[in-house]
Amino acid sequence: MYMAIFILFAIMSIAGAIMVITLKSPVSSAIALIFVLCCIAGLFALMGALFMAALQVIVYAGAIMVLFLFIIMLLNLKDEILGEDEKKVTRVFGSILGIAFLLEIGFFVRRALTVGSESLMYPVPEQFASIEVISTGLFTKFLFAFEITSVLLLVAIIGAIMLSKGEGKTEY
Amino acid sequence: MDLIDIGITVGKVVIIFGALMGMVAYMTLFERRVIAFIQGRIGPNRVGFQGLLQPIADAVKLLFKEDVTPAGANKFLFAIAPMLSFIPTLLTIAVIPVAESSTIFGREVDWIISDINIGILFVLAVTAMEVYGIIIGGWASNSKYPLLGALRASAQMISYEVSLGLALVGLLMVTGTFSMTEIVAQQSSFLQWNIFKQPLGFLLFIIGAFAEVNRIPFDLPEAEAELVGGYNTEFSSMKFAMYFMGEYAAMISISAIMVTLYFGGWQGPILPSPIWFLLKVGAFLFTFVWVRGTLPRFRYDQLMRFGWLVLLPLALFNIFITGVIMVL
Repeated sequence: MYMAIFILFAIMSIAGAIMVITLKSPVSSAIALIFVLCCIAGLFALMGALFMAALQVIVYAGAIMVLFLFIIMLLNLKDEILGEDEKKVTRVFGSILGIAFLLEIGFFVRRALTVGSESLMYPVPEQFASIEVISTGLFTKFLFAFEITSVLLLVAIIGAIMLSKGEGKTEY
Repeated sequence: MDLIDIGITVGKVVIIFGALMGMVAYMTLFERRVIAFIQGRIGPNRVGFQGLLQPIADAVKLLFKEDVTPAGANKFLFAIAPMLSFIPTLLTIAVIPVAESSTIFGREVDWIISDINIGILFVLAVTAMEVYGIIIGGWASNSKYPLLGALRASAQMISYEVSLGLALVGLLMVTGTFSMTEIVAQQSSFLQWNIFKQPLGFLLFIIGAFAEVNRIPFDLPEAEAELVGGYNTEFSSMKFAMYFMGEYAAMISISAIMVTLYFGGWQGPILPSPIWFLLKVGAFLFTFVWVRGTLPRFRYDQLMRFGWLVLLPLALFNIFITGVIMVL
């Protein structure tokens, strides 16, 4: 049962990911990406990490993807405009990165297989990724990284405000 | 997990889901009658006693309407968009305890479909998905006004979701748990209701709730005077009906959430617990209709400014005050 649901979610998320990069219209790609993110939330939930699953849906599938879709629709990009931008450099660079990433995944899959099939299925600890564990970690061990991240986000917010206000424009 | 357990779970789902669908159907009649009463009209009272069969007549009418798909529409997305707007609203009800636990076939039955320990986050996650039905529907129609409605919907929902979530943070600080069952258990008597501990938080939550379900005064995505019909302009037949069922189901589930989080859930004296739950939810549903009969619609820029410059700072202030009181 567990395995069947896992395989279902895994296949759906990979299929969705392929759709993200192959679909022609940007809106369809974004919708496929929402689907992928929801499937990954399903995988988290399957591992018992309900908190992570909920955050995945709220933050990524909910908030960030709404913004993505909003911007894509607002700009309403046509295929011709997107086609012009396609440069050879991007393609070459992209394929190199893609191959490197595939090799990395292959390396870890192989290592997991050689260690033995049991290690693939070992049970997750009882309190795995629960709210208590994550928040205790965030506010003790990883406090510095946590605070640095918030500064980074603050910089991004200030940058966004500066960009949208523009030079010389005083009107809100 | 034997047959009786499975039977009980299936029974719970059927009963709660059935009750919700029944309420969705009769909410349409309730709204029309109450609005008519507010405006000094009579409202639909011809079909059956006092119009009680009106929802069935409406459903039959909608089923037999022609299902039109506009030329140039994205067929697949156009077909699934109404479902995407309807299904999440039904999912919310799964984590809400609707009655006191009772004993059936010698087993303790909690009247909640799924008692997960992150109930509130589940609700937020599912509400976050509700907007996609509107955005995708508006875009897939390949038509101007629905697209404008969809753009408004996405801007509005992300703005108000932030204050909705932050309003809940104050509540979480007081209760110390994400579990719906525990939150209800904490509010065992009238004076322990969370509304008295979080009055500002509740106010923010209910305003956010109105914006989240796209009701007047926040129904900009479907402002008929300026957008023809908004995101649902091109939809007809059961697809159109599904958008409306989604809106009513969202209203009912968000009322149920408010009752559970701030008004003691199913708890109450003398009367049986499901009755109390229904009475409280009904009071909120009346409020939704009452507000529709009373307030005008916001202008779009007012809506955005109100969300970011009033609600968001107030929500942060609420968290700050709650923290100060808890430390003292």
